[in-house]
Amino acid sequence: MIEARDVSVSIGGRTIIRNVDFDVRPGELAAIVGPNGSGKTTFLKALAGDLAHDGSIRLNGRDISRMRPWEAAALRAVLPQQTALSFPFTVREIVKLGLLGGRSGALAGEAERLPERALARVDLDGFAGRFYQELSGGEQQRVQLARVLCQVWAPVLEAAPRYLFLDEPVSSLDIKHQLIIMNIARDFARRGGGVIAILHDLNLTAMYADRVHVIHRGQLAAAGSPQEVLSDDLIARVFECKLKVGVLPAGNVPFVLPQSAGM
Amino acid sequence: MVERSADGVLTMTAARNPDGDRSGRARLAILSLCVVLAVTVLFSLASGASDASAVAVLRDWLFQSGLQADALSARDRIIVYDIRLPRVVLGVLIGAALAVSGAVMQGLFRNPLADPGIVGVSSGASLGAVAIIVLGGTALAPFTAALGIYALPLAAFGGGLAVTLLLYRVSTRRGQTSIATMLLAGIALGAMAMAFTGMLIFIADDRQLRDLTFWSLGSLAGATWGKIAAAGPIIAAALAAAPFLARGLNALALGEAAASHLGVPVQRFKYAAIVAVSASVGASVAMSGGIGFVGIVVPHLLRLVIGPDNRYLLPASALLGASLLLLADAVSRTIVAPAELPIGIVTAAVGAPFFLWILLRKRGLIDL
Repeated sequence: MIEARDVSVSIGGRTIIRNVDFDVRPGELAAIVGPNGSGKTTFLKALAGDLAHDGSIRLNGRDISRMRPWEAAALRAVLPQQTALSFPFTVREIVKLGLLGGRSGALAGEAERLPERALARVDLDGFAGRFYQELSGGEQQRVQLARVLCQVWAPVLEAAPRYLFLDEPVSSLDIKHQLIIMNIARDFARRGGGVIAILHDLNLTAMYADRVHVIHRGQLAAAGSPQEVLSDDLIARVFECKLKVGVLPAGNVPFVLPQSAGM
Repeated sequence: MVERSADGVLTMTAARNPDGDRSGRARLAILSLCVVLAVTVLFSLASGASDASAVAVLRDWLFQSGLQADALSARDRIIVYDIRLPRVVLGVLIGAALAVSGAVMQGLFRNPLADPGIVGVSSGASLGAVAIIVLGGTALAPFTAALGIYALPLAAFGGGLAVTLLLYRVSTRRGQTSIATMLLAGIALGAMAMAFTGMLIFIADDRQLRDLTFWSLGSLAGATWGKIAAAGPIIAAALAAAPFLARGLNALALGEAAASHLGVPVQRFKYAAIVAVSASVGASVAMSGGIGFVGIVVPHLLRLVIGPDNRYLLPASALLGASLLLLADAVSRTIVAPAELPIGIVTAAVGAPFFLWILLRKRGLIDL
């Protein structure tokens, strides 16, 4: 379980995150939504241990500021928004970096072929020999996800649940791959792990999230199930847009929702 | 558009490795480089004004029990074991140290243009060494008295360390290194170190000046077992540490935050890498002066063949760096024979155009 209590983060004297409480239970996919610049990524960085924070953040009961990097790495993997490389690594070499800590939790026979299996899961079968720098932004993002999956391949290891921290995992993906990635995340949670994902698409959020946390101007504006949180009022207040939840467009304007996939 | 040609090279390499696993090829390359180094060492031992042949040296070496002791004459044996062998050992140590420290710096700064010679680390090490040569008998006498033969390499280490730490502080902000800032800050720091070195040279006496001139161009001449005893342990320790840095450097290719998320203790790791680089560069500069460009040419060539995985890149760099420096030394000994060209001139003449070539190829990637 991840428990954040009264977390505040300041960068260069400016308070970016103020007094946020936040819980993620194993088995749960927690979405963080909010407008640009509201502090979502900063909050995720604090959870990942990259930024100093006030308040307490506990990972499976342990204070993260007292954990060694390799101890934290055995419990959670972090997908960054973008990763640029300055050396010509192949896709397989990048994915294999996820096995650096040796705590993937894969069975002994699986470990050697794990990069290929992870690539197949993110729909990059056959990409192992390609150069990372030659791939499109969306493909690079999926390579990084495959690396992250290798790091915590087993959602539960030695009875301890493990976590995926995903910063906009579907931001540069087409709709097919958005659904594939979100299904991977949900599957990770169903098998006993926990997932925190920063999302911008409110429809995907409603479809996949068990809990939605809305961050607005550095504070937690709402938290709860999608049904509880996604209301006309909240969207108007936080996103400053007059949108109506569950209203069909008038006339014959086409609209496509991810929820209709496989119907 | 220049970048397209680089991509062309990359695609070719990938086609021969459909599964993206280059470790088999890298192991083969390391094995081949071992053979290359052995041949180069033998060739270096056998080449020179005396006519002791490679075969004779090898036979003498293999049958030292005395069965075939007539393979080398007594005179040749002195030449081979007391003059050429220390020079070869020093060449191997320094070539390996320079190439590995180049590769480690490039991994640390996430940048293929980082090289101890280009970003001022060697200038800092020179300042430390010149300070000992010029002031060792006067202002720094207690230091030299306390440390003996280690005073020179340790002072060079200190100078290199100071420059590297400053460079890292200046050019890295929140885990991201700006390539332009790094190169420019390296120029500034190098110039500062050279200004202080210039002041020391200004107050040096004639005998010290002669030492300094020859030494500052870089040379393996004057290699003795005594010099090796002073610098060898420092270089050997730094080289022995390199394999422990490899995995962390690989992770660092993803950026500092991602490396930390993978479990690398990034801060401690960076300082360990900086100390290892400064130690090997400092010891090399103290023994043989500023031999440039080995640290940039060798890792770059190897990355084209075996890829950037530091677990293979670092040992391969050590082997190829040692071989290339021995070859450069052979050139410097023979090209103007019986005189001798400082080896730093040879490596710069080859390395500087190579550096320009990398710059042209990477122009699209470098934000200058």
